Amino acid sequence: MQLTLEFGGGLELLCDSVKIHNINVDPQDGEKQMTMKNLLTWVRTNLIKERPEMFMKGDSVRPGVLVLVNDTDWELSGQLETVLEEKDNVVFISTLHGG
Amino acid sequence: MDSNGAEASRIREEIESLKANKRNIEQQISALEAQLNQLEVNQVEEGEVNSNALCTSPLSNGELGNSNGLSPDMIYRYSRHLLLPSFGVQGQANLLKSSVLVIGAGGLGSPALLYLAACGVGRIGIVDHDVVELNNLQRQIIHTEAYIGKSKVESAAAACRSINSSTQIVEHKEAFHTSNALEIVSKYDVVVDATDNAPSRYMINDCCVVLGKPLISGAALGLEGQLTVYNYNGGPCYRCLFPTPPPTNACQRCADSGVLGVVPGVIGCLQALEAIKVSSLVGEPLSGRMLLFDALSGRIRIVKIRGRSLQCEACGEHPVLTRQTFPDFDYEKFTQTPLSTGPLKLNLLSQDARISSKEYNERVTKGEAHVLIDVRPAHHYKIVSLPNSINIPLSTLEGRLSEISAALEKEADKETLDGGSGASLYMICRRGNDSQRAVQLLHKAGFTSAKDIIGGLESWAHNVDPKFPTY
Repeated sequence: MQLTLEFGGGLELLCDSVKIHNINVDPQDGEKQMTMKNLLTWVRTNLIKERPEMFMKGDSVRPGVLVLVNDTDWELSGQLETVLEEKDNVVFISTLHGG
Repeated sequence: MDSNGAEASRIREEIESLKANKRNIEQQISALEAQLNQLEVNQVEEGEVNSNALCTSPLSNGELGNSNGLSPDMIYRYSRHLLLPSFGVQGQANLLKSSVLVIGAGGLGSPALLYLAACGVGRIGIVDHDVVELNNLQRQIIHTEAYIGKSKVESAAAACRSINSSTQIVEHKEAFHTSNALEIVSKYDVVVDATDNAPSRYMINDCCVVLGKPLISGAALGLEGQLTVYNYNGGPCYRCLFPTPPPTNACQRCADSGVLGVVPGVIGCLQALEAIKVSSLVGEPLSGRMLLFDALSGRIRIVKIRGRSLQCEACGEHPVLTRQTFPDFDYEKFTQTPLSTGPLKLNLLSQDARISSKEYNERVTKGEAHVLIDVRPAHHYKIVSLPNSINIPLSTLEGRLSEISAALEKEADKETLDGGSGASLYMICRRGNDSQRAVQLLHKAGFTSAKDIIGGLESWAHNVDPKFPTY
């Protein structure tokens, strides 16, 4: 399954400062669908190069990170249970406080 | 008795005569007042004709500027707004009646305030406790060199007044705290959050929720910006989105991470736009949506965010935060971040593992054999560095210990010629925090003599070499 992942608000620093990643990922053994929960595990293993605690807490993202699936807050699509589809766009963005 | 009666009647006559005079004088005053009013009206109309030199039609005399509540000067000043069919007289009239509070007169607040003053918001409040510094001017465009060292609020207020003397500018030269927040915010219709730290953002959100004020929230850092409108028309508040504060090391500051000046400029302008839309009741404010601005790639994306949360501690069905509990909420504890934007001052080491910049200078002057490691990131090192320092960024230190050993040996070789006993090892950084972390790491790795230079290069500039650049 092809997905586009984007990191912003400083999260890109955790993956070699690369903001956009076009990835190919498939559901784990025995699972038919790719959920956000699976994707987070994949991202943590394959893309996050340093300080994973700045990206995840438990099995979800850390507080202060917004997750957008096709430009919509993942709260509206089922958070970790959101089922991803071919060519979906997933954005991880850290909230900014500066001004 | 008779003489008394005559006296009384004389007094009565005198009173009657004075009363008649009084009526006469009052009539004369009224007549003169009416005459004066007429003169003033004519003068205003002449002014209108003069300022609109081409507009000489007799139709423009008389009622113009009266029926819609806008004075001739206002009509001329805001004419480009009035010409917009979707904004027009009603939008401008709403704006003139509204009041906006801008919290923070920095990178976001600067352009927001300039536009809010220019556009004709009736009353603008400015909150800030800071003073203008030279390194603000790259982005805080409301301030000028003449105001360096002076209050940001004073500087911003003067700039706003010079653009539009008919807008009322209220100066709040104080830090925004739970103790004054309710009183200040209650005096305004709309709030613009132009602050730069997490605890302030939670505090301003909660205060706006408690008082039912729409909140125009903007943030910028590095080359990215974010914008949304909270607590508006049933939409979510900041806590609906971020019920739990982020870890403190996830909250970067412009003073540490840098920011391209125009980035908060863009977001601040958009904050002014949203404040104008909310105040004038025109358009669709950015509620339930968030604008994400990536300056480097030239991308703006507007995403749909969650709605109001019923479980929200501020705006939910059973709020923990109320007008009563808000003043006692500890925002610094909640976010583990100080409200003041001053830099962090760690104290991780014992005194014998630290030396002052002055003492380091004395040792260098005496010719002590030593190695100085500058643990700042490479792009900081390029800005300015001490002579003979070696740059090994803290993030790479663990993997480059052999370089330190080699440098120490080289120095010690020089030393043995003079019969000394090995070279000293010093760590320096910008402010003296990372250098302490580096010393901790080195102590664990067996470099037990490593010391940090207290206060880093800032202390060096302050206490040893005033000409050494700071940033």
